[in-house]
Amino acid sequence: MHLPGDPPAPVTLRQRWQALRQHPEAARGVRDMLPMVPGMAAWGLVTGVAMVKSGLDPWLALLMSLTVFAGSSQLAALPLIATGAPVWVVLLTACIVNLRFVVYSAQWRWYFGHLPRGQRVALSYLAADINYALFIKAWPEPEPRPGQIEYFVSGAVVVWIGWQIPSIVGIVLADVIPPAWGLGFAGTLALIGLTCSLLVDRATWICAAVAALAAVAAYALPYKLHIVVAVAAAVAAGLLMERPGGGGRLVAVARRPAP
Amino acid sequence: MNTWEAALAIVGLALVTVLTRSLLMLPREEVPMPAWVKRALKYAPLAALVAIVVPEVLLTRGALIGTLADARLIGAAVGLAYYFWKRGILGTIVTGMLVFLPLRIGLGW
Repeated sequence: MHLPGDPPAPVTLRQRWQALRQHPEAARGVRDMLPMVPGMAAWGLVTGVAMVKSGLDPWLALLMSLTVFAGSSQLAALPLIATGAPVWVVLLTACIVNLRFVVYSAQWRWYFGHLPRGQRVALSYLAADINYALFIKAWPEPEPRPGQIEYFVSGAVVVWIGWQIPSIVGIVLADVIPPAWGLGFAGTLALIGLTCSLLVDRATWICAAVAALAAVAAYALPYKLHIVVAVAAAVAAGLLMERPGGGGRLVAVARRPAP
Repeated sequence: MNTWEAALAIVGLALVTVLTRSLLMLPREEVPMPAWVKRALKYAPLAALVAIVVPEVLLTRGALIGTLADARLIGAAVGLAYYFWKRGILGTIVTGMLVFLPLRIGLGW
């Protein structure tokens, strides 16, 4: 976690923590992430409840929360585990729900590619949707800069706490919180806000519309494959729009030489 | 699924999280990609999020909901309106839930 020009690298965990606490970018990372906590917390709570209600032993639910740490893949896997689907079906479904993370990992490389592999893996394990969306907004230039690691790690700590505590509360209080309240809708609203923050121009709006139509049309496919169909359709639409006369981003059209 | 199978599935799911989130961070060098793939990557996260969210709001057990008297539909519409008014995710969640909860708990929509 050291870039040329930084002060000497702290050695012990305690010193690292002290250095992180005093770093201005760490403060910004926390400040940017805090408004996301209520939505995250409601969603975590519901995921905790859902794990126990699906019949999972509370200790296994705790294990799932602490290790899997991915709300959408947990919620997709639960009904499959509950109905006794083969393990490979559970894992395949989770892979498809998580495919977007593979795309994020290509972009994390721009910022963190210079770190040792162990740190690269540790950072990307912590990188959920919200970390990705806030980070690329805070650091739009795709290159390593001092302070990025502090910004990322502090935000990730907020997410970890803001997700795990409500999730564990949900596991413990599973029988007290009526599922009919539909608190999980807070998670959907958080994802709606996150999605809208990615709508920046005409091309992204059209992509989103294509993805929405494709996802609904292909929803009956098994293993959550409707997500793959929607991504393929939207990417195809996006690339078509970038062609001259395609009606997408003007910059992209201007940059491409005529064939 | 017995306890051991469920535990196995959970360990597998944790590995899926690690693997998918770090996949292109694993190799020592950047994986070479044609330019069109890089441009395509720009659209993929947005499309995936849309594909996760839209069915949550518009579908019930795999079919389009047939009524406007649905708490999710109205909650999402209010949340969206707030987002494009103020551009804040927290407000989107709060206003959406303020409309959603009374409709869901009070009216059973």
